[in-house]
Amino acid sequence: MNFDTYKMNKIETISSPLGQSNGSVGGLVLQASNINKYFYEPEKFQVLKNISFEANRGEFLALVGKSGCGKSTLLYILSTMDTDYEGTLTMNGQRLTGRTQDQLAAFRNEHLGFVFQFHFLLPEFTVLQNVMLPALKLGKYSNKEIEERAYQKLKLVDMQDHALKQSAKLSGGQQQRVAIARALINDPSIIMGDEPTGNLDKKNSEVVFEIFKQIAHENNQTIIAVTHDPDFAKGSDRIIEMSDGQIVS
Amino acid sequence: MNLGISLQIAKTHLLTKKRQTLIAMLGVTFGIAMFIVMISVIKGVNKFLEDSALDSSPHIRIYKEITSNHPSIIEEAGPSDFNVIYHQLPKNELINIKNGLQIAANIEKEPAVLGVSPQISSQVFFNKGPVPFSGQIAGVDVVKEDKLYDLKKRIKSGNIESLLSTPNGILMGKVLARNLNVKVGDKITVTTPTGNLKLVKIVGIFGFGIQTVDGVKCYANMSMVQEILQKDKSFVTDIHIKMKDSQAALTYAKILKNQYGYKTQDWAEANSAFLAGDKIRNGMVIMVSITLLVVAGFGIYNIMNMNVINKMKDIAILKATGFAGKDIVSIFLIQSIIIGILGALLGIIIGFCLSYLLSSMPFDAGDFLDIKTFPILFEPKYYGLGMIFGITTTILAGYMPARKASKIDPVAILRG
Repeated sequence: MNFDTYKMNKIETISSPLGQSNGSVGGLVLQASNINKYFYEPEKFQVLKNISFEANRGEFLALVGKSGCGKSTLLYILSTMDTDYEGTLTMNGQRLTGRTQDQLAAFRNEHLGFVFQFHFLLPEFTVLQNVMLPALKLGKYSNKEIEERAYQKLKLVDMQDHALKQSAKLSGGQQQRVAIARALINDPSIIMGDEPTGNLDKKNSEVVFEIFKQIAHENNQTIIAVTHDPDFAKGSDRIIEMSDGQIVS
Repeated sequence: MNLGISLQIAKTHLLTKKRQTLIAMLGVTFGIAMFIVMISVIKGVNKFLEDSALDSSPHIRIYKEITSNHPSIIEEAGPSDFNVIYHQLPKNELINIKNGLQIAANIEKEPAVLGVSPQISSQVFFNKGPVPFSGQIAGVDVVKEDKLYDLKKRIKSGNIESLLSTPNGILMGKVLARNLNVKVGDKITVTTPTGNLKLVKIVGIFGFGIQTVDGVKCYANMSMVQEILQKDKSFVTDIHIKMKDSQAALTYAKILKNQYGYKTQDWAEANSAFLAGDKIRNGMVIMVSITLLVVAGFGIYNIMNMNVINKMKDIAILKATGFAGKDIVSIFLIQSIIIGILGALLGIIIGFCLSYLLSSMPFDAGDFLDIKTFPILFEPKYYGLGMIFGITTTILAGYMPARKASKIDPVAILRG
């Protein structure tokens, strides 16, 4: 893993096209240009058509559109987990298109956080362990520091009292808050959400929304969330609406 | 790669599915335990047979080989001529080793030699009533023979000293004695192949624990056997040699053959049937062990495969949060290795206990072998081998599911 990180740092120094540093406030943090994506089953079909957009540091973006418009597909390309696309993707000044899965995994670990619709905590582990795992993987801090940081993040989502509970025993809203804490543990520059409130009641949705807003505006981290929830979208900084694989506004 | 975190995840997975873990482990345990038991029994039997065969046979036997394949006078006179000889018969030659006693004395001086016993051996019939029983009589110096074969320990009744004080005494194998229905003190007639008769007295009964010896062999004084065969005092047919190290016999036999020109036979050649049996049994152990381990391996493969399928979501989330393919492989491979190590350890313990129980179990092999319980060999080497086998199997069986796990596409699972 050290080797990969080393290689990545090198790439970073060589290919920072926009010449920004990670810490620049309000700077460009994500740039997608001319993204095209096809599905081949059952027949060839273009899901994304020449999508280009940028996101700034500390921006709270909502990705909206009808079912099947390609917004989730776009999100998973942005997440770096889907590498089967045309076009280029740059995050934090690093060109990610064309990297190997393992390099991308290391990048995700350090720079991206995810919140999904269905919580996806590891059920056998405690809340605290779930939050700590990505940080343990990163290995930047000692175990004791990681635990402290995990408590900090849990406090941010008001879940610190449940830290030692088995994560499977929490309610949906609570699990989603833990998932957010997990997404934040490595202080990523971008947090991506795939309908993060889609499976929550109104009250919990509001809680999650407030947390997101706080993250974006106080921690200066970028949020890109796919959502169907009009209230959620309305509260965001910028709405990107998609239709038929294209950005319409 | 951060192994600590992989280990922690692997441990949690194993502990939350305790029953599954246990079942996978028991597969390995059973395989290894059976491997240990089998190899201990087979190696024990091999060693026992080898030991008893070696104990009752000389390391080297020197004798004169009688064959009908000897060059005729015509061939010796004109080797380049075209000679045709029909129905060549063996020459009438003496079967003795010339100067045998002197040769024996020379060999005995060698430092590597434990003992030498020159002897005169012949086929005979024992007559009791109308039926002749065939047997073999060996005229020996009983003190020397005792040094070679530890005769004193093998005497079941009577003693070897009385052979020294009884010129016409014999020591008889216990199976032969039972067939003839004779005991110490009884007299019996011995008939030689040339038709001479002699009334002899049984002064002792011995048992080597091997039917091929106990059922035919008798010991007598050398002078008496020379007398009934009507030979002189220096007539010996065999020289038996025991070495201090049995392996040294294999090369020393060749040296003796070159030195004295007589046929020599080492213990490996004489017991080649036993040694071939060893090989077959060893082969069987390996085959059955491999079968058992393959079955255990499939068990682990199945369980790990199920495990991976059940954990698809977790794998997807781990990948999403930055775990690379090799981290996923190590998480699942570590589980297999833990199962393998624990299973093999338990298997070794159970294997040892079973072997121990078996070693104290009474076993009656009749006259064929003189043993009371199963011969079991406790050899640490085989326990180590079992451990290595067990762990290798689990690694091989666990690797494929682990690889499959690392290939899971997180997008497909996270999108639902």
